[in-house]
Amino acid sequence: MAESYVLEMRNISKAFPGVQALSDVTFKVRPGTVHALMGENGAGKSTLMKCLFGIYKPDEGDIYLNGDKVAINSSKDALNHGISMIHQELHPVPHRNVMENIWLGRFPMMGFWPLKFVNEKQMAADTLRLFRELDIDIDPRARTGALSVSKIQSLEIVKAVSYHSKVIVMDEPTSSLTGNEVEHLFSIMNRLRSQGVSIVYISHKMEEILRISDDVTIMRDGKYVGTWQAGELTTDLIITRMVGRDLTERYPERTNIPSETRMQVRQLSSTNPNSFQNVSFELRKGEILGIGGLVGAQRTELVEALFGLRPVASGTISINGKPVKIKSPSDAKKNNMALLTEERRVTGIFPVLSVYENTVIANLRRYQNWAFLLNERRGIEDARTNVEKLRTKTPSVNTQIRNLSGGNQQKVLLARWLLTEPEILLLDEPTRGIDVGAKFEIYSIITQLATQGKSIIMISSEMPELLGMSDRIMVMSEGRMTGILEGQEASEEEIMRLAAQQRSADPGGEVDEYASHRQG
Amino acid sequence: MNTQAIVKVKDYLAQRAIFVVLILLVIGIAVADPNFLAFSTLRDILQQSSTRLIIALGAAFILITGGVDLSAGRVVGLTAVVSASMLQTEVYANRFFPDLPQVSVLLPILIGIIAGLIVGLINGFIVAKLHVPPFIATLGTMVGIYGVNSIYFDMEPNQSQPIGGLRPDFTVWGSGYIDFGGGYSLPYIVIIAIFVAFICWVIFNKTRLGKNMYAIGGNVQAAHVSGINVARNLIAIYAISGALYGIAGVLEAARTGGATNNYGNMYELDAIAACVVGGVSTAGGIGTVPGVMAGVLIFGVINYGLTFIGVSPYWQLIIKGLIIVAAVAFDIRKYMAKK
Repeated sequence: MAESYVLEMRNISKAFPGVQALSDVTFKVRPGTVHALMGENGAGKSTLMKCLFGIYKPDEGDIYLNGDKVAINSSKDALNHGISMIHQELHPVPHRNVMENIWLGRFPMMGFWPLKFVNEKQMAADTLRLFRELDIDIDPRARTGALSVSKIQSLEIVKAVSYHSKVIVMDEPTSSLTGNEVEHLFSIMNRLRSQGVSIVYISHKMEEILRISDDVTIMRDGKYVGTWQAGELTTDLIITRMVGRDLTERYPERTNIPSETRMQVRQLSSTNPNSFQNVSFELRKGEILGIGGLVGAQRTELVEALFGLRPVASGTISINGKPVKIKSPSDAKKNNMALLTEERRVTGIFPVLSVYENTVIANLRRYQNWAFLLNERRGIEDARTNVEKLRTKTPSVNTQIRNLSGGNQQKVLLARWLLTEPEILLLDEPTRGIDVGAKFEIYSIITQLATQGKSIIMISSEMPELLGMSDRIMVMSEGRMTGILEGQEASEEEIMRLAAQQRSADPGGEVDEYASHRQG
Repeated sequence: MNTQAIVKVKDYLAQRAIFVVLILLVIGIAVADPNFLAFSTLRDILQQSSTRLIIALGAAFILITGGVDLSAGRVVGLTAVVSASMLQTEVYANRFFPDLPQVSVLLPILIGIIAGLIVGLINGFIVAKLHVPPFIATLGTMVGIYGVNSIYFDMEPNQSQPIGGLRPDFTVWGSGYIDFGGGYSLPYIVIIAIFVAFICWVIFNKTRLGKNMYAIGGNVQAAHVSGINVARNLIAIYAISGALYGIAGVLEAARTGGATNNYGNMYELDAIAACVVGGVSTAGGIGTVPGVMAGVLIFGVINYGLTFIGVSPYWQLIIKGLIIVAAVAFDIRKYMAKK
């Protein structure tokens, strides 16, 4: 091989208990190129990047920079080797100014001990020089928190450049940018490329990738599919190479029979213009409706709005033919709805409380007697019954829930909502972070619930799960519903095509959108 | 004994370290001066701990929700002054309300408790509806309530004179006792404190409000998603703790037979100290009534016992400080070991 590479990851493998996350992956980046890294959710892109930044230690394989083997044990090591990352979620220090954010931890100093001070003048000059090189127009002394998301991103890029990075990894950098801002990002990327910097560009947006990239590497199921020059590829070719994995996981036999309509959603729009807009669908009794889409499709936002956790600007929801207003989770509960949130630890469990308390907390009214005192014995009995029914593995119902595995915590949360006797269950990534055995058990519970006539909406980022479980699959992209597929007719390719469908980049000045986005 | 049994004993003791410390303290003091082990000692410690227990229980409500209440001491002062101002004997020369008739003793007591409850409602509103962090919200009311109390206390004709000459049918609540004969007796105030503790135990363990309190402190976002009305529950909890400070304030006035606007100053810190030593987590979600009782008793034993054996008050402060820090450091280690 005559070609030289600035970065080579050779034969990387990484296993986690129960999952082979990466097997024998090779990734080579040429100097001064934009290299797109593509794959479905869970294809192993993030794991590969975490290996690059020393967050995970690969079981096998080596990393070479400019032909030299290197050992990277932390992001700091990576930075010292000239590799930096622009994360999807940016975390600047909002109350400090722009230049302090860039030079954090390495301020230019003047004077001598004990009279050493930060040299603000030099810091401002250094910042301006970098800004000029990349044609960025931001006041180095502006308060960072007041900037738009796009400017904060530019700032992160400048920070990477200030470390003399040779490889900059960008994770979904355009997911919260408007059309103009994307153009600006691309012009910065072009300048970096002309200065010999390589960019690893992780994105799902086909058109953008075909426009900006030189090379494209595709991954699937933790394996390396191949690397092509962008010129050789089309959207369809990429999709075919990204999907088409074998359905190795098994799903319970489907015994549910969807019948009449239970819930109707008409033209539902978020108050946040970047979130879901004009979503309409119907949900039937005994039906499992899957919702598919890529990161940023606003699926979580949609179900949380259905449950009264997020504000709705317009549109109607009716249940059993009657229009309903749901403004809080307790409204949702009154309408026999239940929500299993995506972030189990953040919005689901009460870590220091027992399995019993976690089970009954949404349903205490049921255990009150005439004097408004709780009948704990009945609550504990119910918790025990559910532990047995869902086969939750816990030493006892008095164990703190934080001592349980993710799958068992999820079963306790399911039990919590089942006790409220819901008719409509909203399940947001119900099997995320759960090992394979427990997954199957959760699938069985979901199927049973549908068989009993309950209506289920299940968000999933795993294609096989969507296809294996859903009666119908609704696909979203950038807050828009792009299609509803019948479960039997759906294929991974079709879902992917709908999920990657882009809104035509609107050129309008949507500068203020970030403000409302952050509040959302 | 096999190793498993040793681990079990260790675990058991670790869970109940607070009671072990309490027993060790008593033993240590008793070795230094065996006279400590008299019934009168126990009675005196319980009597001194009674109002502290009620305040600490109020503080525990707030701590378990993940908050903190700095206004407790000043609410005690306010309610002591308010109730005392209406409970002076008619023959007393310097009456706060010279023309006030001899109303039932219960009425001023109730007014005092309600004053505390109102401050609690205000705290709850500021925290739950205005989303001001509890530390700041109650810092504000702590300062403001002292001002309100001082204005009241300074009114004509009282003009900041200590309120004295309280009616005996009131002071008996604080200083009276049931005499069993043979030197054995039980102060009313101790009975009241134990009764209040029992009510709190019922609220903590047997009511929706109690379970919601633990849930809000354990994970406020999850509580919201579970359909708990977080704001309403928080306001109710702050109101209850305000009422508890009110009870404590009224009892302080009864016990000491008077009141000034400086009553209760800094009691909130003693209350928080007793809570954390008793295993209440300042991070929220954890705490029990027996734990708080033990925490209060430990400080009661230290105050009384160390003075009993002649330890200087300055050394007592150092010992108390060490116990507070050690208790929390120990508690946090217990958590880390599990992680």
